[in-house]
Order: sequence, then C-alpha cells, then structure tokens
Amino acid sequence: MVLDPVPLQLAAELFPNGISRYAVGGLLVGLGAVVIYVGTGIPAGASTFLESTLSYVSDQSRFQQYVGSRDWRVVFTLGIILGALAFAATVQSGLVTTSLYEPGTTGELYEVGGLTLWSTSVQPWRLFLGGILVGIGTRIGKGCTSGHGVCGVGSASKTSLVGVATFLTVAIVTAQIVAALGVSP
Amino acid sequence: MSQNRHPLFMPLILLGGLIFGFGLGFSQMARPEVVLNFLQFEDFGLLFVMFGAAIVSGIAFAVMPRISDAAPLTGDRYERRLKPFDRNVLIGGGIFGVGWGLSGICPGAAYASLGVGNVTILWALAGMFVGAYLQGYWRSQTADAGAATAGAD
Repeated sequence: MVLDPVPLQLAAELFPNGISRYAVGGLLVGLGAVVIYVGTGIPAGASTFLESTLSYVSDQSRFQQYVGSRDWRVVFTLGIILGALAFAATVQSGLVTTSLYEPGTTGELYEVGGLTLWSTSVQPWRLFLGGILVGIGTRIGKGCTSGHGVCGVGSASKTSLVGVATFLTVAIVTAQIVAALGVSP
Repeated sequence: MSQNRHPLFMPLILLGGLIFGFGLGFSQMARPEVVLNFLQFEDFGLLFVMFGAAIVSGIAFAVMPRISDAAPLTGDRYERRLKPFDRNVLIGGGIFGVGWGLSGICPGAAYASLGVGNVTILWALAGMFVGAYLQGYWRSQTADAGAATAGAD
C-alpha cells in the first residue's frame, strides 16, 4: 500500500491509537451478538438487564414485564463481565501479546495477584450522575448502544437509526461542554 | 420464553456474552476516557467499534431469515423485531446522550469495565439502576393509572 504523507498525517491525527484495537473489538462485539441471534433469534441489548433485574426486587409492572427474560439477561451480563475479565487476564496482562492491541495511556493499571487490572480516572460524581441519566434515558428511549447501536443499526431499523443519531449528537455536545467547562478527568 | 428451554440456551447466551465482553475490553470502549476522547473529537477510533459490530450483526440479520425458518435453540422465527418509533425515542435518546457525554459509559461497556478491573465503575452501575428504577416506578404508576381508561402504553 502506498500512502503519501498528507493522508498519513491526517490518519495519525484522527486515530492517534490506530484503528486495529477498535476494529477487532467491534468485530468481536458483533460476533457476540451474532452467536446469540443465530442460536436463539434474540437481538440482544444490554440495558434491558437493568429493568429485568429490578423485577427480582420490585413489583412495579414496568419491571415485571421482563420476568420471562430476566434469568438469561443476568447470564448475558455475567458473560460480558467474565469476557472482559478474560481480556484483562490475557491481553491486558501481557500474557498474550498482539500488534493489533494498542494499550494507550488512559486511566491507571494496577496489579492483583499477577493480573493486570485497569481503573478509570473519571470522577465518581460524573459516573454516578451520568449513570442515572443513562438508566433513565436508555429505558425511555427503548435501547442503548448495543440494542439500538449494534442490533438496531445492523437490522436497518429506522427507529434505532434515529435513536443513535439522537444520543450520539447529544453526547458529543454534552462532552464538549463539560470539557470546555474545565471538568477533567 | 418457556421454562422448557433447550439445554444449550444458557451456555450459548453465556458464550455470546463472553465474546461481547472480550470485544468491549479489547476495543477499550470499556474505558470511559476512550469514549470521552471520541466524543471530544480527539480519537475517532470508536466509530470502528460501533460500525464494525453493526456490520457483523447486520450480515447475520440479513442472511439468517433467508437460510433458516427458526432459531435452533428456541424455535423462534428469525425476524426483524422493529421497535415502534415515537417521541420517547427522542426524549430517552436525549437523556441517554447527556448521561453518556457526562460519564463516557453506557450499559454494556459498564459491565465490561467492571470485568477489566474498574471497581470505580460501580458508581455508574449504581446510577444506572437508580435511573432505571426512577423511570420504571414513574411509568408503572402512570400506566396503572391510565390502564383503567386507555390500556397499556
């Protein structure tokens, strides 16, 4: 492949961490959704777990409608946690090395029993307040980044395309304002 | 969902979750900083996660209904389960957008973040449950009140 310096420079500016870790990660996220869809016909989303799990402790009708799927949604979420832990135990810990993975410099790495773990530097109040809004918004808006973003866009659902365009635009504006106000990290 | 599920149903859900979570870790979408850098236009790589995943799943959504009538583990038909559009998609999407832009974390990525060792993300997960409860409580009350006259939403 021949590239002259200008596009190369542009690529380095737009993608300072390269694209391979993103592309490989995205393919795996898609593959995870495909495995479930091919076997079960279910287009899986991650945010319904929040409401379906609340049905274990609350009688509200809004949560009870998910009683039929709440057990497998717990398993799906446990799978996501364990899959990420498997990543931490292999690639993040350096047990498996690949040029496709760019470790980057965000947050902080720490060691526990030979395992390299990672922790965020983003302030807890941002995570908690943002989390509340994510919990409200994803459930009112009928989906999140996986339900609308991966499964919905993948099936060319107009509702999901509009949903993604809405939350992506608002998130960009919000993040830019928060950064401009000097909130960091 | 019947209680007489195929014995491989749960193992397959777990396998799908494992791959999904490994991918979120590998892409670093499980790191709020990386999402925030994307939203602040400092690193556009996250586009490859979202579109990469959507393309892969899109192929399966397009192909499976043509080659098979029903999913082997549930007997459910492969069909597009389209969610109806109404203004909730815009309102909810807007609220989600503010939360995502403030915190840099969405539900699936938060579960994965816990898996890579990010104990601090429990703040976000706690917030998500609080938020989901608040809207569910409110909507259950209004739905129950409205059910007598108009039926469910």
